[in-house]
Amino acid sequence: MNLFADALTWLGDPSHWSGRTGIAQRAAQHLGVTAGALAIAATLALPTGILVGHTRRGRSLVVAISGAARAVPTLGLLTLAALALGIGLQAPVLALVVLAVPSLLAGAYAGVESVDPVTVDAARAVGMSEFQIITRVELPLAAPVVVGGLRAATLQVVATATLAAYVSDTGLGRYLFTGLRSRDYPQMLAGALLVAALALLLEAVLARLQQLATRATTSTPRHGAPARLAASLEGHA
Amino acid sequence: MTWLLLNWPQALQLAWTHVLLSVPAITISVLVAVPLGRLAHRYPRPGGALLSAASLLYAIPSLPLLIIIPVVLGIPLRSSATMVVALSVYGVALLVRSAADAFGAVDARVRLAATAIGFSPWALFWRVELPLATPVLLAGVRVVVVSTVGLATIGALVGIPSLGSLFTDGFQRGIAGEVITGIVATVALALALDGACALTGRALTPWTRSARSEHAGRHTGPVAA
Amino acid sequence: MKLRTRTALTAATITTALALTGCASSDPLAQEDAASQSASSEIVIGSQDYYSNEIIAEIYAQALEAQGHAVDRQFRIGQREAYLPELEDGSIDLFPEYSGPLLQYWQPETPARLADDVYAELVTAIPDGLRALDQSPATDQDSYVVTRAFADQWNLATIADLAKVTEPLTLGGNSEGENRPNGPQGLKNAYGVDVAFSPIEDGGGPLTVKALADGDIQLAIIYTADPTIAENDLVTLEDPSGLFLASHVVPLASDAVDQEAADTIDRISAAMAPEDLVALNARSVDEQAPAATIAAEWLRAKNLMS
Repeated sequence: MNLFADALTWLGDPSHWSGRTGIAQRAAQHLGVTAGALAIAATLALPTGILVGHTRRGRSLVVAISGAARAVPTLGLLTLAALALGIGLQAPVLALVVLAVPSLLAGAYAGVESVDPVTVDAARAVGMSEFQIITRVELPLAAPVVVGGLRAATLQVVATATLAAYVSDTGLGRYLFTGLRSRDYPQMLAGALLVAALALLLEAVLARLQQLATRATTSTPRHGAPARLAASLEGHA
Repeated sequence: MTWLLLNWPQALQLAWTHVLLSVPAITISVLVAVPLGRLAHRYPRPGGALLSAASLLYAIPSLPLLIIIPVVLGIPLRSSATMVVALSVYGVALLVRSAADAFGAVDARVRLAATAIGFSPWALFWRVELPLATPVLLAGVRVVVVSTVGLATIGALVGIPSLGSLFTDGFQRGIAGEVITGIVATVALALALDGACALTGRALTPWTRSARSEHAGRHTGPVAA
Repeated sequence: MKLRTRTALTAATITTALALTGCASSDPLAQEDAASQSASSEIVIGSQDYYSNEIIAEIYAQALEAQGHAVDRQFRIGQREAYLPELEDGSIDLFPEYSGPLLQYWQPETPARLADDVYAELVTAIPDGLRALDQSPATDQDSYVVTRAFADQWNLATIADLAKVTEPLTLGGNSEGENRPNGPQGLKNAYGVDVAFSPIEDGGGPLTVKALADGDIQLAIIYTADPTIAENDLVTLEDPSGLFLASHVVPLASDAVDQEAADTIDRISAAMAPEDLVALNARSVDEQAPAATIAAEWLRAKNLMS
């Protein structure tokens, strides 16, 4: 149990927790980078995905771009951006945004697409504007899938945000790189455990969120909520 | 593109090395994840734990995994075996859930009918479930293909040669052309392998071709995440 | 009940997996099959994850191949902490090293500073199974570097002059430099200069230079053979207290390297002047030529291909 035990000892050392290079600070930075990248990616991906899902047009283009973006190696994009932008957070955030967009985009368009067209037609028939349909019908019903996309994106970004440490003094990835290069493997493993723990935490939170969203849209198996919604809409006419 | 003109043999060599790392890993991932997914579907309780464990596995950052694997298996750190094992681990973690969903998508009535006719469990798996699960499974495999090719670049950080070496070298010398070549080559490789998978899938499932156009707007299958 | 069972099973699965990580030695870089290496007559040549070192290693490789030896190239391994264990256990046979930092790795407290002193001590410090071949006149030393503008502003000529600077100083360099004896601790002990550390993993490369130019860092560690020092008008600060040992290129060889091979390498070492190394590096960075081409042309120019 040497390596694992050494890592736990490293984590147990209180001096490693405080200060500028302490675990608390680095974890906060890591979360910050993750959140920032996800926020930017969401502003790009969610509106696009929702629009594509709603109009059912441009799907193949979006799928193609998404697939290509998924294939871009994050380390490569990071080093290229760093050569252009220098040290600091700009390059890692750029690379992480590109990483997060495909999953968020897929979640958005697949979720909106999966809303029963009958329901949408019913809403349209009642006289809702397109915008109202999107915000009041499609989004709530698409929520579970959208949150699923967010979950996938978050997991990838949290694990990959360790690369931010390659070009800046930020995040839990610093323990990985410092440990790797000085052969301080307990430190490296400790860093890995911290990142994994952070990822687990976010996974748990988002899983719960997804559960709540699913429950809000399905009180009876399969098409419960849309059926009720359609029924209530039909009641108006 | 001075760099590419002068260094294309080295770039090709690295691309080939990259293929030799990715393809075995993808193959292993499929061979391990499909049976595991089947089991997870068949026995939901341990299956649920297995799927949770798989997503947790995916949360482990790649660099430490590359260090842990030689420790556990006793192989040298810089060997391609280390990289293949690491890539397979992530591949399995990604694919298991797709595989479980794929087998879940097989209509239970078909399974019942086949058993009623007299298919043995073995034949049931190979001749009924697997072919029917293939479309969803293939979607998962395509994601694994793209993910594996991209992830293999990380090896350069620990001394395992791959297209990722173009990133670290280009970074060190400030040659953007080298990094761009690496990115383009990786994307091209990923898309080529992805295309090959798609073609294979279409060849393996001729019955979906006519059905596809009918279901185009209605398919609500698992999100290719 | 269902959730608890599932959680318990998940926890059990993870714990089992993690427990496995502890079941082996704590040194993942320890190569297991050193014995099989010595059986073959192949010479394994390694290099650091540093393009300049790779060029030198490629020169060795091509010269030995021309002589008829079988060569296995294992380049871009990593930094000293990563590859030295492989040299020590016999997995690598030949490696171009730098005398100063190598000596400090084995003897951090060494008083040796001048080139010949360092070499003499190195020869005694090397573990069994390895030996140092002749050291080359070519040097590639760590040095502390500032921009011309910064040097002019504060009238800096030596590292000691940094004590005059009143604004906060940040040093940029590879992360392993943070804990090495000539890093921030060395600056404090030898010169009384306090610096913050900003890790930049490009070995004194373009990002470091850009950070200097942008003012994100004031001080950087750049190797003296790096062509960017001249190209970017950077100033190397003198080191009167000998924070950095003299550092010449010196090949480390195992017993698998026979006398004939060793003589070839010695000829190469003798033929490489400091200006040669800078020129080789410039070809790599500016012309973007591959190591193999640079090595081949240098060997031909020096008439070393036997």
